[in-house]
Parts: sequence; structure tokens; C-alpha cells
Amino acid sequence: MSTAAAREFLRSAAKKSADLNHRQIIRRSIDHYNAAVVRGRATFADWEAARERCHEIKQEALNNLERYLLEFEQGVKERGGQVFWAENSAEASQYITNLAVSRGVRKVVKSKSMVAEEMHLSAALEKAGIEDIDTDLGEFIVQLRKEPPYHIVTPAMHLTRKDIAILFKEKLGDVDTDEPQELVAAARRALRKAFFSAEMGISGANFLVADAGMIAITTNEGNDRLGTSLPRIHVAIAGIEKIVPRLQDLALFWPVLASAGTGQTITCYNTLIGGPRGLGEVDGPEEFHVVLLDNGRSELLADREQREVLSCIRCGACLNACPVYRTVGGHTYGTTYSGPIGSVLTPHLRGLNEFQHLSYASSLCGACTDACPVKIDLHHHLLENRREAVRHADRPLSERVGFKIWSWTMESPKRFAMAGWLARAALRVVNAAHLDGSILDPARSWAKNHAPLPAPKKSFRELWGKANGTN
Amino acid sequence: MRVSLFIPCFVDQLMPEVGLDTVRVLRRAGYDVDFPRDQTCCGQPAFNTGYWDDARPVAERFVSVFAAAEVVVCPSGSCTTMVRNFYPQLLANSPMRDKAIEVGRKVYELSEFLVSVAEVTDVGASFPHRVTYHDACHALRELRLKQQPRELLRNVRGLELIEMPYSEECCGFGGTFATKFAMISRAMGETKIGNAEASGAEYVTSTDPSCLMHLDGMLRLLKSKVRAIYLGSILARTPPTTDGKGRFMAMDGAR
Repeated sequence: MSTAAAREFLRSAAKKSADLNHRQIIRRSIDHYNAAVVRGRATFADWEAARERCHEIKQEALNNLERYLLEFEQGVKERGGQVFWAENSAEASQYITNLAVSRGVRKVVKSKSMVAEEMHLSAALEKAGIEDIDTDLGEFIVQLRKEPPYHIVTPAMHLTRKDIAILFKEKLGDVDTDEPQELVAAARRALRKAFFSAEMGISGANFLVADAGMIAITTNEGNDRLGTSLPRIHVAIAGIEKIVPRLQDLALFWPVLASAGTGQTITCYNTLIGGPRGLGEVDGPEEFHVVLLDNGRSELLADREQREVLSCIRCGACLNACPVYRTVGGHTYGTTYSGPIGSVLTPHLRGLNEFQHLSYASSLCGACTDACPVKIDLHHHLLENRREAVRHADRPLSERVGFKIWSWTMESPKRFAMAGWLARAALRVVNAAHLDGSILDPARSWAKNHAPLPAPKKSFRELWGKANGTN
Repeated sequence: MRVSLFIPCFVDQLMPEVGLDTVRVLRRAGYDVDFPRDQTCCGQPAFNTGYWDDARPVAERFVSVFAAAEVVVCPSGSCTTMVRNFYPQLLANSPMRDKAIEVGRKVYELSEFLVSVAEVTDVGASFPHRVTYHDACHALRELRLKQQPRELLRNVRGLELIEMPYSEECCGFGGTFATKFAMISRAMGETKIGNAEASGAEYVTSTDPSCLMHLDGMLRLLKSKVRAIYLGSILARTPPTTDGKGRFMAMDGAR
């Protein structure tokens, strides 16, 4: 499992795991989140029933995805919008950059979109000579730092007010304080300029509503509304799994997304967009394009066992719940989607061999599964990914042979007792000679972080036998 | 009722005291205890690492060893989970599948068995110490055991049960995770230990000796004043109790 991505993960994880400052910042941030989520969930008469219903609706959407996507497309087209089906990131990026170039676009404002991150849209735009500015405050901050988002909902979770003050002073110039209101005002000044001068607005979509033929965007800053109405062209990009069948489903999904994502009763701005500016309307873009991205999703859709992974609504709850995420941080994953959902999804989207290590980097504690508002069985999918890794990917020979020997040993109580006796004898020698952690220690990878393992003289079965079953 | 003991492989070899204390508690609760000697391991190490083909024959052996048992009790929520929750998937295409589901229905973690099946919440134990309870992940989130161990602890003479902050957070053991990703495991262990220390407890206990083996090793390495002790080992103490040197710790006792 020693791919480049795995080695980088281990390197970064070791660094971040030992970073007490990081641990403290994330803990504080997630404590705030946890307190809010309790209040958010309390607004539901029955949170469990809401989760169950969300799960059912998403399953219904996925089981009939083709039909719902075509219905969505028809609705958008009827209002004069265009829909482009992109098989992969390259196709999607090319469509958008071609469109921008052909329309003479020099500047793009982007409201938060993880799919844009997934397809590395910024790099493609830059290559085409087009400036793109992230308008979500957190995204704006990490963009100034030339960093990817740390978290799918709160991209700058890892930064303190001080970090942002220093960044803004250096990059924006017109602010020198760590007062949150003034920092926000400085960002707003910079972003207003961008909103008014950009020719194209790019947004994600939290939901694609099939029966309405509309996209639904959720933000707390309203940046999506400026970004999708002021520029001449609006391009929305979304993964094909973002479908909900009916407009009325949003009555459930909007508050569920808000509660799970930020602990709000409802997010501040929920916007439905179905096409370009209509006849007689004063606002809105001249052109409206929706790019539907597949990028490996159809293959996951074909996998009955793991199809439900596509019901993710990107609320970030599993990241916040995950003790591994909180320890290693969002950037360590080296993937667009981090945390439990990223560890489950990335091997499917970007290759099992290269990203199998993420499915192993979990204690399988299950906190993610309990947190998921659409009831994706996340930690069990990690187990299935591991099984697939053993079947189809490179695993260390020592591990493959090791488990063969283990299995052979465990198939016989005699062999098991003998192996246990030998291991304890070896441990006793190592412990007595204070060789724990050395090359001779059978438990050396354990010994680095633990006092020596106890090595009792007699096993339970020996003690039981000695007492003739009477103990 | 005759109880068949399911002793996890690592408990058998490294923490025999945990097994002995489980026997003591069950006998005190009035049960005949039997240890089917043909048992080895439930198969979880291979299953969790993705080696389902290697785990399967071990699981099948487990099922045949315990097929005739009346009821099976295990001093581990994690190993109980393996049998009850994961065997149906692991053995989905095995001829032993139906039998495995049957066996899964009669396997219980110790505190679960005492409180939910035997309806015993006071086992007559005495342990005059401040104790905090760590919610082991599989017990909590796979078996949904939250109150059972606490109820038993509350009825122990002299024991003061103190809740630590984030008691439901993973301790970082996670089987091979603790060695494959040792630095993450260690950081999670440090966090758990910090929370246990902050509670003011003298002991941290749990349904799962695997979490406690990890925490015990780290507590001793970090020279913490908090000690790890298996839940069943507390329940096995009858007055008069400790010698004041923490010798009742499952791991110490085993050495």
C-alpha cells in the first residue's frame, strides 16, 4: 500500500497528529459545531425519522437516476438553459473554459462548489488566462493562501482570527486588525469589486430538483445570489447524484442539511434557479448552463453494495464526528473529499490502488455513520473497501502471507495455543531484557507508543484446564 | 442456565485475568459456566483488514463450536459485534450462514447479558474508587450499550462513577489501526487519557479489554495516575478489596 498518496498521507498524518496547536483549534471549532447541532436537531420532532426519510428519498432518486436527470434536463431546457453532460473532469473543464473564452470572459466569480475542486476548475481557468475568485468567505481565505479547502463546509476551519488578520493585511492591504467585523468588511470590499466586474458566475448545486427542473443552492453569505445574478453568464456544476425527485423534498432536505451541516434550523440563503433571465425579468444572467459531472459516479451507481454512498449531501457532519479527521486535519487526506465520506468515496472516484490507504486509516469507530443525516453506512463501507483492496489492489506480501498463516493457526485450537505460548515466551524475554521496541520485539510497532505488553505465564485456557473446569 | 464463555483470543493469551473475572461474576450471578475448549478466534482481525476469505473458515469454526450452546457470553463488545453483526455479511454465501445468525442471536457482551438478559444490576461487588467509563465504540454504536455498564457500576459498593468529557469518543485502538497508523492512534489515545484525567477518576473502565490494553499501555508509558481496569474485573471484586497498589488491574494481575 505504499503508493505516493499513501506515503504522503502517512508523512502529513504524523506531523499533524503531533501538532497540539492544530488539535486545539479543531477541537474548539468542532465543540461550537456540536453544541449548535444539538439545537438544530432539537427542532425536529423526530430526527431519526427525518434521517430515515432522507435515506429513502435519496435511494429512490438513485434507483431512478436516469429518469430524474432527464426530467431535470427537460425543465432547464424549457426555460432556455443548457445542460452539458460531462463524463469526466476534463470534459467538464473544457466545456466551461471554451464557453468562457468564446464569450470573452476575463473574470469568473465562483460560489462554493466541491465539484469545482474535484475537477480542478481553477487550474483549468488559469491555464485559459481567466481569473477566478472564490466568493464564499472561507473559500476566499484559503484561495488567498493558495490552499485547498480544509473542510467541505467550513473551508478555513483550521485558521484562527489572527491567521486571517495576518493574511488579509498582506494580501488585501486595506485592513490591519483582527476584529472579525472589520475583517469581513475587508473581504466584502474585495468581493464586491469582483461581483460587479465578472462576466461569468460559477456555482455548485446542493440539489438538482427533477420535477421543477431547477437547481437549489444553499449558502449562509448570499454570495451565490450575487454571483449567479450579476454576471452575464451563470454556469452551475453538479455531480449527477445531487438529484432529489420533487420540489417538496426540499422541505425536508433543507432543514436536514442545515441541522447536520452547521446546526442551523435553516441556512440563511436557499435559492432555486431554473434558467436564464426570462422575458420581462430585470435580474439574472443572459445564459444559464448546467454541467452534470459523472467522473466515476456511474460505476459506483452500478455497485449495489455501495450505491448508497452517492446519497451524500455534503453536509460535513461525518468529518466533524470523525476522531481521525480531527487528528490529522482535512489537508492530510490529499483529496477533494476528506474525512469518512472521502475515505469511502475517493477509492471509487480516483482509483482503489492509489487511495486504498484511506479506507484503512480508520479505527472503524462508527461515529460517522451515526452522524450521517442520510444514513449512509459509512464505516461498514470502509470495511467493504478494504475487502476490495485485498481482492484487487496491491497489499504487502507480508500481510497476505501473514493472514494465511493466521487463518491456518486459528483453525486449530492446538496451533493457536502453541502460537500464543511462543509469542508470550518471546515477549517475556524481550520485556525482561528491556528490548521492547527493538528489532527483536514481536510487538515493536506497538511498543513505540505503549509500555511493554504484559506476557502472562499462563493463558486463560491453561488456567481453566488446570482448575479442571472449576476454576 | 448454562453460560458458554467466548474468550477473545488476545484475552486468552495476554489478559487471562479478564476471563477469570468474567467467570467469577457469572458464577456469583448464579450461572454455570462452561469454556468450550475448541474455540480460537472470532476472525475479526482478518475481517477488519479485508481478508474475508481468511476470516471465513475461522468464523465457521466459531459457529460450529458454539452451535449447541444455550447462551454465549463474551468479555468484549467488539468480538460480540463480530459474531452478531458481521457474520451474516461475512458468511452470506456460506452453508453455515443460517447457523451463524442463530449463534449471533445468543451471543452477549457481559454487561449486556447481566442487565438485559439476566436482569441483574447488582452483582454484590465492592470497589471504593472514583471510576470513569469509556464508551467502547462497538459496544456503543454496534450493540447500542450505553446504560448497561453504567447501571452495573452504579451498584458497586463505594464506587463513584464520574463521567468524563467526550466519553463516546474512540480511544484510538482500532485493531491493526493502532500499528498501521500508530501516530494517529497515539494522538487519539492521548486525547482520551486527557479526558479521563480531567474527570478526576482514579480508574478508567470499559466493556472492552482491547481499548483498555491500548489505554493501559499508554497510561503507563505517559506515567499517568489513572489506571485502566476491565469492567468485569471491577464487578468481580468483593469486599475487602484492593491492596492499594492497583494490583487488581487486569493487566497487572496477569503479569
